[in-house]
Amino acid sequence: MKLLRAILVRLATMSVTLIGAAVVVFFVIRVVPGNPIAMMLPPGASEEDIARLTAHYGLDKTIFQQFGIWLSGVFQGDFGTSISLRQPVMPLVLGRLPATLELAIFALVIAVVIGGALALTGVRHRETRTETAVDVANGVGLSIPDFLWALILIVLFGVLMPIFHISGRISPSLDLPFVTQFYVFESLFRLRFDLWWDLLKHMFMPALALAIPLAAIISQLLKQSLKETMHLDYVTLSRTKGYSENHVILSEALPNAVLPTLTLIGVQFTFLIGGTVIIERLFSYEGLGNMAIDAVINRDLPLIQGIVIVFALLFTIINLVVDMTYALLNPRLRHA
Amino acid sequence: MSAFLTVHNLSAVLHGFDQRVLRSVSFSIDTGEVLGLVGESGAGKSMIGKAILGILPSAISIIEGEILLDGQDLQKMKPADRRRLIGATAALIPQDPLTALNPSRRIEPQITNRLVDILGWIKSDARVRAMELLNEVHIDNPERVMASYPHELSGGMRQRVLIASAFAANPKLVIADEPTTALDVTVQKQILRLIRELQARHSTAMVFVTHDLGVVSKVCQRLSVLYGGKIIENSSVPDFFQGPKHAYSRALLAATPKYTDPDASLLPVDEAVIEAVAAEVLAADKEWRHGA
Repeated sequence: MKLLRAILVRLATMSVTLIGAAVVVFFVIRVVPGNPIAMMLPPGASEEDIARLTAHYGLDKTIFQQFGIWLSGVFQGDFGTSISLRQPVMPLVLGRLPATLELAIFALVIAVVIGGALALTGVRHRETRTETAVDVANGVGLSIPDFLWALILIVLFGVLMPIFHISGRISPSLDLPFVTQFYVFESLFRLRFDLWWDLLKHMFMPALALAIPLAAIISQLLKQSLKETMHLDYVTLSRTKGYSENHVILSEALPNAVLPTLTLIGVQFTFLIGGTVIIERLFSYEGLGNMAIDAVINRDLPLIQGIVIVFALLFTIINLVVDMTYALLNPRLRHA
Repeated sequence: MSAFLTVHNLSAVLHGFDQRVLRSVSFSIDTGEVLGLVGESGAGKSMIGKAILGILPSAISIIEGEILLDGQDLQKMKPADRRRLIGATAALIPQDPLTALNPSRRIEPQITNRLVDILGWIKSDARVRAMELLNEVHIDNPERVMASYPHELSGGMRQRVLIASAFAANPKLVIADEPTTALDVTVQKQILRLIRELQARHSTAMVFVTHDLGVVSKVCQRLSVLYGGKIIENSSVPDFFQGPKHAYSRALLAATPKYTDPDASLLPVDEAVIEAVAAEVLAADKEWRHGA
């Protein structure tokens, strides 16, 4: 009963968040200057043409009427038609979402592996030069933003040592059997490791660029909280039982020290997804972020709205997952 | 009978400081004997326990002396061997039961992990042993307690669990580091009785670190009074309470609160006595430097 109630409360707050995001984006993109009709017509189009096209997309109505029409469509699953691509918005957005999700998850995995390894190394060799080296690495990782890492990586592994692909999601020459848009998962499922490897070679640099700053944050926070945990009485007690330093760190300190890091990863992961917008552009990666930039340039109002709603939904789901994981790992919260 | 634990001439320093924090400490304990280490806060009494168990903070290091545990010199052993020897023969009853249990783990593995991971017991045997121990520390529903998380138990219960855990592997030496300080008075007595009971039953050698002379009179056979990391007086408990030899010990005994004399109880230790004992410690330091 309690659980059911908690879930219902959670769903209610999620819908409020989504409606809030919808309202904000709908009105903001209509208030800022620039309109999609001007982008579509050639210079010197007649007043008549402009008026006809404006009426066609319903942009002649008041902003509140437009909102009403859009919202009633949304509740029926119709997010409108993209102005620039002349296709229904939702299939377009959902077609691109898997590419971005795969990129973001790959980046998250890289960040957790690198950040976790750095933190553990730093704690295992605390108060030595190794820890200082970890601190320096964290500092460098944090102080350079993801898009700059992207350029650095392109120079290193795209130009000087061309071992990774610098553009696109998959080599166009390959024969593509995919029925879903989750190429990485599907290629594994089909045991097509050649495709899988090609996908990874495309994803590696954008994912790493997104991952480095997050890895640095994870490493810094996890190392700090591990170091604090290492001084706690139950850790000291487990040393007297005859356990090695590695065991003490991994099985006594880590499960407790990881909790604050987990919350941070949740928050930072949403930033990382925000970061995909620019990174996808830099690597011509055909994801949602790249589509978002085109939508903004073309003032494609329905498409922008659709993308923002999907991003907002993604963020609320991530928060939910983080909270659930946290409760699962922390017995003190489980009964609350 | 040879001593199970011998500490000989043990000195330790805090990094970056010239002065020693343990000053040529020597004592020994036989099997079944309880030695009280008494002193004010900062006298170094807990540090001796930590030095024996190999859990000194990284900023403190031992510069001379031996710790012989079961005839083996801990300082000369390889770290991994030392760890295993300590884990198999010695145990700690910590000061604060609220922080000494891992909050994200159930009680059962916290009692049995040493048996299973270090001593190679089978899980089911370790579980039976844990039940036995929880009975020994007078916990009525051991099954439920073993399945609980620390936050579901009271402070007194947690200290019982920690005592059970300390005695799990039949240790020959137990170091009790102010085990009742964090508990309220009524629970203190139960826990004290319990520790004495288990110590006697298993005839364990025990170092009992405390600032409470009342506790020493109930639990220990001998005691050492510490000041500034130096043992000021060694004495048997009956002799000590009849009349301590050292002026500082007398002052410490006089400072113990007495219900019969509420006004006198709050007097701090006389300054002249403190100055005298501090001078004594420094003089010993000078002598030590000449010797070195």
